[in-house]
Amino acid sequence: MQETPLDIVRSKDRDFIREVEAESGQIVSNCYQCGNCTAGCPAGFTYDMQTNQVMRAVQLGLREQVLHSEAIWMCLSCSTCSLRCPNNIDVAAVMETLRHMARREGCISVGRMNKFWMSFLNTVQAFGRSFEIGTMALYMFRSLRMTTDVDLAPGALSKGKLGFIPHTIPDGGAKAVGRIFKRYKERCEREGVRP
Amino acid sequence: MKIAYYPGCSAKGSSLDYELSTVAVCNELGVVSREVPDWNCCGSTPAHAVSTELSAALCTRNLAQAAKINADIVMTPCPSCLSNLKHARARMEKPEFRQRVNELLDEPAPENLPDATSVMQVIGTLCDAGKIRSHVTNSLAGIRIAPYYGCLMSRPADLMRFGDPENPTLMEELLKACGADQVLDFPLKTECCGASSGIPHRPLTAVNSGRILELATRMEADCIAVCCPLCQMNLDLRQKQAASQMETTFDMPVLYYTQLMGIAFGLSEQELGLEKLIVPADRVVAKIRALNTAAQIQEGVKA
Repeated sequence: MQETPLDIVRSKDRDFIREVEAESGQIVSNCYQCGNCTAGCPAGFTYDMQTNQVMRAVQLGLREQVLHSEAIWMCLSCSTCSLRCPNNIDVAAVMETLRHMARREGCISVGRMNKFWMSFLNTVQAFGRSFEIGTMALYMFRSLRMTTDVDLAPGALSKGKLGFIPHTIPDGGAKAVGRIFKRYKERCEREGVRP
Repeated sequence: MKIAYYPGCSAKGSSLDYELSTVAVCNELGVVSREVPDWNCCGSTPAHAVSTELSAALCTRNLAQAAKINADIVMTPCPSCLSNLKHARARMEKPEFRQRVNELLDEPAPENLPDATSVMQVIGTLCDAGKIRSHVTNSLAGIRIAPYYGCLMSRPADLMRFGDPENPTLMEELLKACGADQVLDFPLKTECCGASSGIPHRPLTAVNSGRILELATRMEADCIAVCCPLCQMNLDLRQKQAASQMETTFDMPVLYYTQLMGIAFGLSEQELGLEKLIVPADRVVAKIRALNTAAQIQEGVKA
């Protein structure tokens, strides 16, 4: 996306950096663009904006551009960037905050990441513990990618690495977890944000 | 010190062998713990990617369950569970955050939540090298091991307290106590394997895991030693995907450090779940046996 300097000035949202700093607890304005975060990022080759560009865009108040970026969804949360930041900014926490903000505004740039996470969480909500085959089935159905990892199935199944039956919790823990999710979704609804 | 044990979901499914070997090694070393009653999923990456409060609520329920059995500390083999449990506990110290999380729980969290730690650190703290050595019947001497921790075990450093966040050495210490004298100085030991993106975006995992497998192969490792169920799955179950991404072939056994310790302690292959590995560990086990037999013969000759 090529933007002229005038476009950037027009789209500037001065409150954006304050919101990001408040929610992440990080001082993004301290970033002086050394690029260490980008240099060490194992997911950078899949990003539309590199990590240091995301940080700069937050400083510039480019809300739309940042919250629509794919990078905030592809981040692996490995924290290499945070570890190597000379200004002690927890960059991974900033990326996660941006992902949360984008989600709440219903802006999901990489649908398949979100579908995978939600498929996983749906099994946890139902059974209290994660359920690999259930996650895969939900994900394949939702993403319409029916051949995802079928090459792994023979090995994984013959070694008993994937169970067809969900792991159950003996003493009602599954129901307690179900209630956590229910309250979480109700609260999101009250607050008018996407769960 | 009362230790509660939190296995994590993968222990009951994709990493049954990690669970088996962890329990077997702890039994052998006399590390006593009690399973957190009625534990639930920590939410893993999907929960914290979606909402910090949801993730913390799932983790806090587990810590509260551990508090009910008066546990001083919760130990878990899985770095991802550990990271989530520790983050939740730290965040619960902020009153507004605690309030928001309590709203999601059946009952408010107890004021003092037990801390979490890794099984590896518990073994390292409770057992010195001499104690571990006293259990070794098959030395790991001569086996070239690439130690690989993955990204979560040592990061963030001030929270995880696992030593140098880019050069942790605890696994090496434990393996050396088991006789391993050729543990490699593995430069990618804390690089990310690509985590759970293997399903939604395969290249992200294949490239990162491929890099790790390629370096271990070039360094002529007999095997990679790991401590994370997801890293193990990416390097072992997904090894062929990584190889085709890198346009090469790999044949690299990927064992949990507890399986290697168990082999050294002379525990059976079934007890350690070695048959669960996709790339068989037969070659590694055979080399350990052969080198030990050779060493015994040599001692016999000397005597």
